[in-house]
Amino acid sequence: MKFIKWTLFAALTAATGVWSNAAFADTIKVGVIATFSGPNAIWGKQFREAIDVYVAEHGDEIAGHKVEFIYKDVGGPNADASKAAAQELLVRDGVKYLAGFDFTPNAIAVAPLIKQAKVPAVIFNAGTSSINKQSEYFLRTSFTLWQISQPEGEWAAKNGAKKVVTAVSDYNPGIDAETAFSKAFEKNGGKIVEHIRMPLQTTDFAPFMQRIKDSGADAVFTFLPAGPATFAFTKAYNENGLKAAGIAFYGTGETDETTIDALGDQAIGLVTSYHYSDAHDSPLNKSFIAKLNELHPGSRANMASVGAYDGVHLIYKMIEAAGSDGAKALEAAKGMQWESPRGPVKIDPASRHVVQNVYLRRVERAPDGHLVNREFETIPNVPDLGFDQ
Amino acid sequence: MSVLLSILVDGVSYGMILFMISVGLSITMGLMRVINLAHGGFALMGGALAHVLTMSFGMSFLSASMAAVLVVVIIAPPMERVLYRHIYGFDELGQVLATVGIVFLIIATVNVFLGSTILPIRSPDLFAAPVDLGFRTLPFHRVVVIAAGIFVLAGLWLLIEKTRFGIYLRAAVDNKNAAGSLGINTSRIYLIAFGLGAGLAALGGILGAELLPIEAYYPLRYMVLFLIVVAVGGLGSVLGSFCAALGLGVLDTFGRYMLPDVGTIFFFLAIIAVLALRPNGLMGRAQ
Repeated sequence: MKFIKWTLFAALTAATGVWSNAAFADTIKVGVIATFSGPNAIWGKQFREAIDVYVAEHGDEIAGHKVEFIYKDVGGPNADASKAAAQELLVRDGVKYLAGFDFTPNAIAVAPLIKQAKVPAVIFNAGTSSINKQSEYFLRTSFTLWQISQPEGEWAAKNGAKKVVTAVSDYNPGIDAETAFSKAFEKNGGKIVEHIRMPLQTTDFAPFMQRIKDSGADAVFTFLPAGPATFAFTKAYNENGLKAAGIAFYGTGETDETTIDALGDQAIGLVTSYHYSDAHDSPLNKSFIAKLNELHPGSRANMASVGAYDGVHLIYKMIEAAGSDGAKALEAAKGMQWESPRGPVKIDPASRHVVQNVYLRRVERAPDGHLVNREFETIPNVPDLGFDQ
Repeated sequence: MSVLLSILVDGVSYGMILFMISVGLSITMGLMRVINLAHGGFALMGGALAHVLTMSFGMSFLSASMAAVLVVVIIAPPMERVLYRHIYGFDELGQVLATVGIVFLIIATVNVFLGSTILPIRSPDLFAAPVDLGFRTLPFHRVVVIAAGIFVLAGLWLLIEKTRFGIYLRAAVDNKNAAGSLGINTSRIYLIAFGLGAGLAALGGILGAELLPIEAYYPLRYMVLFLIVVAVGGLGSVLGSFCAALGLGVLDTFGRYMLPDVGTIFFFLAIIAVLALRPNGLMGRAQ
């Protein structure tokens, strides 16, 4: 009985597939899997707005093909929902490209599916180095923690810090950041006095601040997931007198554009290392931001926006080169380079991850009253340093 | 020694926040026997209102907080009349589902108007100023929080132990039917207690925003924490909630400071131990 049901299902899918291929031979569908509801809905929002901007600028037709985006909500870090969404998109909607993926488990869950279907999946955010090893059909236009933390460790050692304490959230990305920073910092002559790992669910950081102070370090390196935790951590850093005591703050994504204004004056002077700031000074970034504000007034571009914007660019270029042939598209993407709102970028043929500039930035108040991450030093062409770790 | 003092100070201020948000829940759950999972929603309402008033209307922290608490106290009684009256009659599963539904309504409303990012409340510069205690510095707002917690505890104690309303309230908590037959208007007592609980939650939400930042998903994110305080303290017991909140605050801070790698397991083990020994909570009455 079960067998008959499945045969019937397969036959039906095939039949509708043939029919839709015949009727809309020129439409290529792109499935976007991300979080559009719940506490992490900001990811889906940033992705979708950036896609809107790209489509508004470049139209929805490439080399005779019409491009259509289908959005699937998975409601947060949820591997099963992500897998189910991908299955539905591949089988029922017949998408030829997958995109999105805000959280690492959501990306890893689709690895066997894209291998089987030979469909390229472009990751807009998820930042664990190991993802691209799970399938050769993964491409990534965001960043990895190794990519941004290692240059920061080198820079910190060369720019005055002698003793650093690391304080990271106790989960994989936090530990990646801790390892990458510490290795680079110690290799360049610095000393890590203590590693502090903080529970993921904590929002009261006062006890950790006291430990950081007691450790005798002259700087703290931190990584926390965006949201209430980063907000509370930076506040605690100020209010427990660490700033006043001259303990420098080296962070990563803590001063994300969508939450930075909530931090207020306390954020001013914080140093972070990242691949994108909405204050990046280039004509392309200015036109990107202008278009974003025209389509979605009040929105601010952040790393998720630029990850999605470049991801769509990559998909457009792949469609241009190979239409709906996934394997051919993948080959075309390897080594591709272009100018992004964040600066020059290139897809590394081996890791299929984006090679890009990493910037050291300091928070300051822009003339328009908003807080911005002002870039003051550039480390050019950094690959995914964690791919071979 | 200074480490222990440090833990004590941080733990007490964290515990005070938990106390202020949870005590209202303890009163309403103990009194009305309704599992009100929407309680954190009132803290969110208070915090979101204070955010709008300070950031968009430029009101001072003090007047914005008072206005926000007042608005929540005004909104709560009609909600009790329209929604909760029906929920009292449900069985436990029905109550859980209905109140979780209310939480989602509150979250969605905040989400539509203010989005899902953090909603900062602008507080006076004085709040962020470090206070030197000798062995460590402490942000001034923690001093304010501790003072407010003591003030609330004293106020509630006076209200419940020394006033006529308190006598009625205690009677209604102990036995609703007997109290009703003695001529106490229990439904009015319910209404006032509900408004009081909501107002306290709002105050806790505003004062606690530095430790538990306000955002749309606030009620769900911290719901377990508030329920733990009530369960450990005992339903309907103000002093129980106070001891539980303070104890849990200090314990959690101690765990984070001394054993950060073990994370929150230590905290939950302690809660399991307390509830195994005293299933009705520290000061809960047998049902």
